[in-house]
Amino acid sequence: MTTYSTNEFKPGLKVMLDNDPCSIIENEFVKPGKGQAFNRVKIRNLKTGRVIERTYKSGDTMEGADVVDTEMQYLYNDGEFWHFMNTESFEQIAADHNAVGDAAKWLKEQDNCMVTLWNGVPLTVEPPHTVILKIVETDPGVRGDTSGGGGKPATLDTGAVVRVPLFVQVGELVKVNTRTGEYISRAKE
Amino acid sequence: MTADDRPDWWPVASAETLRLRARILSRLRTFLDRHGALEVETPILSRCAATDIHLQSMVTRYTGPGSPIGQTLYLHTSPEFPMKRLLAAGSGSIYQLCKAFRDGESGRLHNPEFTLLEWYQIGDDHHALMDRLAALVGAALRGLLELAPTEKISYREAFLRYAGVDPFADVAGLIGWAQHHDIHPQDASAVLSPDDLDGWRDLVLTHAVEPNLGRGRLVFVHDYPASQAALARVRPGVPPLAERFELYLEGVELANGYHELADAHELDRRFNADLERRHARGLVVVPRDERLLAAMDGGLPDCSGVALGIDRLIMLAAGVHDIRKVLAFPFERA
Repeated sequence: MTTYSTNEFKPGLKVMLDNDPCSIIENEFVKPGKGQAFNRVKIRNLKTGRVIERTYKSGDTMEGADVVDTEMQYLYNDGEFWHFMNTESFEQIAADHNAVGDAAKWLKEQDNCMVTLWNGVPLTVEPPHTVILKIVETDPGVRGDTSGGGGKPATLDTGAVVRVPLFVQVGELVKVNTRTGEYISRAKE
Repeated sequence: MTADDRPDWWPVASAETLRLRARILSRLRTFLDRHGALEVETPILSRCAATDIHLQSMVTRYTGPGSPIGQTLYLHTSPEFPMKRLLAAGSGSIYQLCKAFRDGESGRLHNPEFTLLEWYQIGDDHHALMDRLAALVGAALRGLLELAPTEKISYREAFLRYAGVDPFADVAGLIGWAQHHDIHPQDASAVLSPDDLDGWRDLVLTHAVEPNLGRGRLVFVHDYPASQAALARVRPGVPPLAERFELYLEGVELANGYHELADAHELDRRFNADLERRHARGLVVVPRDERLLAAMDGGLPDCSGVALGIDRLIMLAAGVHDIRKVLAFPFERA
């Protein structure tokens, strides 16, 4: 297994901490003029998303984590697993609910997602930054309203619920920001 | 176009920051010249090196006339040793503005090559030099930073106030602090060995004490553990205390000073103790400066000396948080 010394620490480096794969977010070198040097690091646990701070004596090492981000196409959900395909190798993998998490409500078949694999197993799934989805349920809006003010909840074909302007109707396609869950605009196929 | 969009050959410090640097350097020289200290220059390259286990010297070689097979030379970590030889030779109070070099030190507050003011004042003890240094830094920052009155606090008091731990008590208190603050909760000894008392002191110092020091004012920390005396005099007592000080502003360590050790036998003993610890830790066992020992044997006048980090001073004057922002060409672009 690869090990990294504190001199190799940098944001994005994938390391093992307390048996979980983690990613270094921040690395600060601190040293009194005439004293022991330390690396103070902020680390995100890639399983839980929790950010923790740790200190290492400069020169110490951490075990590397075999974590890779791969762009994969979402294929389908079989009721238990979400299936993705590497569009270059055509290799398919199945991600469970822990890995997909909140991304599930944005997953539309054939969209490209960023799948983070740890030892080849899906750890997290990140949906595209924006997705185009169809409204399957919303109250009829007030005719003539085009201001977008006010808004109303709309259920999309993936199950996500977003606030849309009053003029948007069932059956229409909308573009949504998956990071904020906010409506951006109406969309065409 | 922002600084980050500039091509790689472009300076990192802004033109305004470079003018600020020139102004601060000029103010420092004016103050020290009026003070009667003599500006000197000493070699950056030396056949010997600092023995301190926490200072790693960079190494280069000279080959040529007088040295046909080549010889190892060390880039100084500070001009302390040759300046003390000048003091022993009767120079009177002296100062030097120069580059110093430290291997392994790079970060938000560290560039491996940095500008240092080294200043020795004859007849001063560490408290007298702290007062002079406060006046010097005040003069350098006049009109740039508003500072509340300067404070002095002992090393012990600083630990008690900001970490609630006595640095002179058992190491367990320091380890307990680190565990309580999640530094490495599962196995504290994975960070530092339990018998590394000074290492644990440095950990609590850097994590809990330093960030609180010098908020809006200059703060001097003084009277260090004798084990951290470096080349300061140790005042006998229980516990014995090193007549050493550090200057902080906005949580940043700016200067390190000593009431200078003048006892050649004690210097010999500390050099050897350092080299033994270097050997034990697998660090380079560097050549001792025998000429400094001989000079001190000849007689070093009673004096205090201080090293002030100029890049960090400019950083605070410019209100930036990364040392690279005040350097024309930081290490990454050197």
